[in-house]
Amino acid sequence: MNTERAAEHLRLIAALLGPAEPELTCEQCFEQLDRYVEFELAGADADRAVPGMQAHLTGCPACRDDHNSLHEFVASGTAGEPPASAASQA
Amino acid sequence: MLRPPTAGTVPRVTSERVLPHGASPRDTLDADSRRWLRELTGAGHQYEDAVGRLHELLLRAARFEVSRRRQTLAYLRGGDHDDLAQQAADDALVAVLAKLAQFRGDSRFTTWAYKFALYEAATKLRRRAWQDRELPVDPDAWPDFASHAQSPHEQLAESELLSALRTAIAERLSAHQREVLVAITINGVPIDVLAERLNTTRGALYKTLHDARKKLRSELAADGFDIAHSDREQSP
Repeated sequence: MNTERAAEHLRLIAALLGPAEPELTCEQCFEQLDRYVEFELAGADADRAVPGMQAHLTGCPACRDDHNSLHEFVASGTAGEPPASAASQA
Repeated sequence: MLRPPTAGTVPRVTSERVLPHGASPRDTLDADSRRWLRELTGAGHQYEDAVGRLHELLLRAARFEVSRRRQTLAYLRGGDHDDLAQQAADDALVAVLAKLAQFRGDSRFTTWAYKFALYEAATKLRRRAWQDRELPVDPDAWPDFASHAQSPHEQLAESELLSALRTAIAERLSAHQREVLVAITINGVPIDVLAERLNTTRGALYKTLHDARKKLRSELAADGFDIAHSDREQSP
């Protein structure tokens, strides 16, 4: 029995049907993304704070990709602090 | 669809603190975010310096995104990677400065700014990857739907569900809904690539996708299908 193919079929059905729950739009998702990611990284209940975000990330591959990227970048510490300048030190 | 979260429906909290009633998140911004706002709304050398530092941050984020997708960038030459990151940082800088008044302080300023650079870089990379490629939007281009369910009972259920799904897509969706649904969910066309080709926006296309999915769910429910199993598959 090819369980990998079976799982692939179920993923396809899920992708075709999308999330069952109410979800944000792409615009609302982008607007809330930074806040949602900071909730996640702080270990807070991001899904309760931003209802509909998780459902949208499940249903929209591009927004999910954007979320993963921001989460990974901020979490990695790569983001770092801005280089200090003479003006900002004043 | 949900309305955007507003005061009264969503707790007025940030990742670190609960805000007093009536307070704006901007009132309790961290020192670094306050400094960014002060300098980017200032003038003269301080403003110019802040814009330069902001561009450096955005470029760092754009380069991160390019690097993150490096394995999918076989179509780009080495120098093109940085050109694309520079373009993304430039466009993100314009967007951040134009939307500065909309920054509400719900997150650190830098987290808010990074999302613009990552978005610009990701969108440019997706579009570059599909440049000069014909989009597979043929509604008849279905994958092999032979059942691979575990038991004969599950095979029958899956087969019936797939058959009903295929019929609903063919007969109940509009041509536009079918084109968008098949391109994005079956053929893996990125939504912003499709939006560019169809001269529309990601948001408008997602609305079409959402409406198509809602119609399919409604049709399957009316036909008595239990789709709870497939919903469980959607956990990320």
